[in-house]
Amino acid sequence: MSTLKIPVTAEDHAQGAEHAEVTLVEYGDYECPHCGRAYSIVKRVQKHFGKGLRFVFRNFPLSEMHPSAEGAAEAAEFAGVQGKFWEMHDLLFENQERLGDELFVELAEKLGLSTAALTKALEDGTFGARVRADFSGGVRSGVNGTPTFFINGHRHDASFDFETLVSAIGGATKTAKSA
Amino acid sequence: MAQSNVTPIHGAEILAPGTAAPDFTLHVTPDQTLSLSDLRGKPVVLAFYPADWSPVCGDQMALYNEILSEFHKFGAELLGVSVDGPWCHGAFSETRHLHFPLLADFEPKGAVSRQYGAYRSQDGFSERALFVIDKNGTIAWSYCSPIGVNPGADGILQALEDLSKEKTSK
Repeated sequence: MSTLKIPVTAEDHAQGAEHAEVTLVEYGDYECPHCGRAYSIVKRVQKHFGKGLRFVFRNFPLSEMHPSAEGAAEAAEFAGVQGKFWEMHDLLFENQERLGDELFVELAEKLGLSTAALTKALEDGTFGARVRADFSGGVRSGVNGTPTFFINGHRHDASFDFETLVSAIGGATKTAKSA
Repeated sequence: MAQSNVTPIHGAEILAPGTAAPDFTLHVTPDQTLSLSDLRGKPVVLAFYPADWSPVCGDQMALYNEILSEFHKFGAELLGVSVDGPWCHGAFSETRHLHFPLLADFEPKGAVSRQYGAYRSQDGFSERALFVIDKNGTIAWSYCSPIGVNPGADGILQALEDLSKEKTSK
């Protein structure tokens, strides 16, 4: 069974309580349609569990297949250093069919971020190393496509539809509570 | 997982570590072949998989394509093997921009997969079986994944890392 090799740290982009009983880690690609579908499912799952669930998103752009995935990941990281990671993350998924430099600039503007700084960061690949590090860590942990979820460190091989995720997270919550 | 419910007819026992990897020559393209022995001197990752064109993003071959550089760090060569013919592989490879060879275990169908214990004769295609072969042609690690589960690459990378450690400790 594949397990998460890179522990969740303060470097990660996380939502929910730090000491939540369950941590759900997603390795995702902004251009992957399955991740696009998972995006709204995860939102519902977060709502369902409230503070009992911490959600972490890590980059896994399949660049050979998805030409704008890397740029999108870097744009989100750019927003992240300015405290706007989740805003950008959400907007990227909500505008998934329009990914590209034009959209990244438009979204940066919408979030009140410097569009010139974004363009420069994308050109220089400033956040490339961070994205690569996420990717390599994912590979080491057995990420086998996008999206790949880990629930309290264990790869979730079953479907990521709402009911299945809720039941798997519910199971992990019980285990955590009884431990 | 799923495998416990299935009674495999063939392919239950894939070749184990320590076994000499059977040599083979298979078509890479309609007019080009590749032999395992051509790659002697470097580690080889042999990935048998059921079929081209699985209907998902980031299927096993596409995933390996994305992480080729991680395999190359260990000087390893990656070969994909399925029973699809070379024309099918060609079209698949082109669509997915694959940068490693796909071998056609096409005629006689599945012969190489059978040699490695990685053929599902009830289905007529290969298992999702992985082999890491050392530079001397001996199987260093092997793993057969439930047919529906993409095994990822963590096991392969661990095996390659162990091989490289062995090399430096000697």
